[in-house]
Amino acid sequence: MMVKIIVDNQEIEAEEGTTVLKACLDNGIYVPNLCFLESMTNPPASCRMCLVEIEGEKGPIPSCTIEVREGMVIRTETAPVRRLQRSALRLLLSVHEVDCAACPANKKCELQRLSKFLKVGLKPKGFELLLKEAKRDDEHPFLDYHPNRCIVCGKCVHVCQTTHGRPFLTFAKRGFNTTISTFGEKDATKIPCPTCMACVEICPVAALTVKTDPQ
Amino acid sequence: MDHEFSADEETLKDIASELTRFEIKRSNVIPILQMIQERHAYLAPEAIRMVAEHLGMAACEVYGVATFYNQFRFQPPGKHQIKVCLGTACHVKGGDIILENFERKLGISEGQTTPDREFSIDRVACVGCCALAPVAIVDETVYGKVAPSKVEGLILGFEIEKEKEERRKQRDESN
Repeated sequence: MMVKIIVDNQEIEAEEGTTVLKACLDNGIYVPNLCFLESMTNPPASCRMCLVEIEGEKGPIPSCTIEVREGMVIRTETAPVRRLQRSALRLLLSVHEVDCAACPANKKCELQRLSKFLKVGLKPKGFELLLKEAKRDDEHPFLDYHPNRCIVCGKCVHVCQTTHGRPFLTFAKRGFNTTISTFGEKDATKIPCPTCMACVEICPVAALTVKTDPQ
Repeated sequence: MDHEFSADEETLKDIASELTRFEIKRSNVIPILQMIQERHAYLAPEAIRMVAEHLGMAACEVYGVATFYNQFRFQPPGKHQIKVCLGTACHVKGGDIILENFERKLGISEGQTTPDREFSIDRVACVGCCALAPVAIVDETVYGKVAPSKVEGLILGFEIEKEKEERRKQRDESN
């Protein structure tokens, strides 16, 4: 069944059960987002980017966690929403090594896109820059991981899990120290990575890259 | 990655036999890891793989769970365990500088063990003798009013002790 919702004074239709975020995106209304994938049954809502205001709700809420309801009135670009999105982006950039010229994601990077969209400089002031010591983790036989590029959105973990039934990479550690870890299988013949690389493709910031000279 | 501390045959055998006591369900992952750490003081990479295999999980998932919690360590405690207090009084008196001194001197970070398994460094929060801040505990001995020079001396003392012992051993063997 289709339901009608109003987004930024514009009436749109969406299938019952879809999230507000997907409904907006499908109808050409861009809502910033970093950690959302359509195939997720339970979006983590961890990037704090897809916030919107919904009439009758207190304060902005992440649109990836709310399903459309008939007659919903949604606003995507209010001042409180933008303020929260800018803070979230600044926080992400405070743990991100901004070296775009040397980064393979340059020009197709989600952070660059958001920085433009939200008018936040890529090197914002206000938060101390906290970079990890290790620039690259080359443990894995086929992949390189760049912790200072990673925004820990979890898309790679999700696609790996759904593609292979069990993940070959996961989150490790906690808080600022959280990284993506490929701990485990060392036997290159038992790893499906060479023919998959779904994680490299989905990574919005080139934190996972294909090793140029596999061992 | 950091230096890997492999477990010996005996440890793995013990873990294998203990694992059979645990039902195969994901919610058992933490109790199992606790059991291993209790019996063998740390979680070796092989141990993590065994747990994963037992529970039908991916090794990286088990590793992910284990690294989330402070209670698990991935390196065995050293022969000499150094604990640096970072409680309020020690913090004010520069406990972090003392910690850094130990770390630099031994070339490892807090929570790690030197590859020869001689030293490990941990941080603790208040050992109850704040008047002596900054405090470090090495093995069972409490050292108060620690200064960088004292750190130097302590490690040197242990190194000399080890050297002596090795020479004694050599002498005994040649006799």
